[in-house]
Amino acid sequence: MSNPVQHKTNTGFFSSLKASPSTDEFIKGLWRDNPVFVQVLGMCPVLAVSNTAENALAMGLATAFVLLMSNVLVSSLRNFIPKQVRIASYILIIATFVTITDYAIQAISVELHKSLGAFISLIVVNCLILSRAEAFASKNTIGKSVLDALGMGAGFVFALFCLGAVRELLGNGTLFGFPFLPGGFQAWIVMILPAGGFFTLALWLLIFNIAKERRSKT
Amino acid sequence: MNTESLWQIFISASLVNNFVLAYFLGICPFLGVSGKMETATKMGGAVTFVMLISSMCAYGIHALLVAINAPFLQLISYIVVIASTVQLVEMFIKKMSPALFRALGIFLPLITTNCAILGLALFQTSKSYGFVQSFVYALGAGAGFTLALVLIAGLREQLEFAEVPNVVKGTALTLLIAGILSLTFMGFSGLGS
Repeated sequence: MSNPVQHKTNTGFFSSLKASPSTDEFIKGLWRDNPVFVQVLGMCPVLAVSNTAENALAMGLATAFVLLMSNVLVSSLRNFIPKQVRIASYILIIATFVTITDYAIQAISVELHKSLGAFISLIVVNCLILSRAEAFASKNTIGKSVLDALGMGAGFVFALFCLGAVRELLGNGTLFGFPFLPGGFQAWIVMILPAGGFFTLALWLLIFNIAKERRSKT
Repeated sequence: MNTESLWQIFISASLVNNFVLAYFLGICPFLGVSGKMETATKMGGAVTFVMLISSMCAYGIHALLVAINAPFLQLISYIVVIASTVQLVEMFIKKMSPALFRALGIFLPLITTNCAILGLALFQTSKSYGFVQSFVYALGAGAGFTLALVLIAGLREQLEFAEVPNVVKGTALTLLIAGILSLTFMGFSGLGS
């Protein structure tokens, strides 16, 4: 039943880092199982708030924080939560941390809170967080869950930043608000509009697919 | 209290600010179950139904939370209500029509984590819609979700017969189509205002 393609995808640039299992927990989220580009999870915030690099980064960090805290709590409570009500308990844990994050962002920067809008609250229904709680944190020790959350969170921030940077650069000619392209550049307004989000994500998925194909050929 | 007319709210929620194509809500089922026309229609129906019920519940909860002065419980109580609504609907359908229950399968429990439903509850609260307005808003959002899902399912069914390079197949292709659809929906902007 072994699939040759699957084995091959595990080799590559990061294979040298695979010596210790703890780095592997971290690296898998960042690259091999990247939550956005490979697993295609948590798409809604990815597309909605990635119109500038700053928004994308803030959203990524907020999600990573909730992911880390909920993974820690789920993992430490894994022997006490009855199996029948586990999903409901996970959602409650996640909702608590999202509420904390929501109020914290409002306290730090009202402007940022306004531009992210309802999407901070919508972290609750990000499938990535629930899937990590169910698939990893509920079965592993706290240490491993922390590493997993850090890796997946970093992968999510990385993916959001990739999208946000491309969209802001092409749609506005700036990066983090600073002009980045030569003066004669005509901004592509479509990249900031909703359609640009779909196009940019499709492009990144395409690049990842081509990379995967290359790797399986060699 | 918001003074928008009901017609305005419906048009805005279903076409101009389509939940899937303009707000990016409910992308997961949009990518997951848009392969076949039949499942897409059924999923749209189920989501619209849950939207209507949870929107009415959210209206009541918001009034209650304002009365006891505890707005920080909003998010937690909304998600609990949505989860239990989905559970109730599931049990109800299972009892009343086992055939429909089997047809919807796994999609039914997955509605809980559909951001379109929580998003709808949050938006109607922040826009301070009245009871009837909330109902129409939920109806419009559900219609818009179903429309987007059915459109993309039809396109994907046609693409089955087209020759597409291997690397583009799958999610990348669906996202490209969604982008083009989103561009077309921009033509509706200004309608109903």
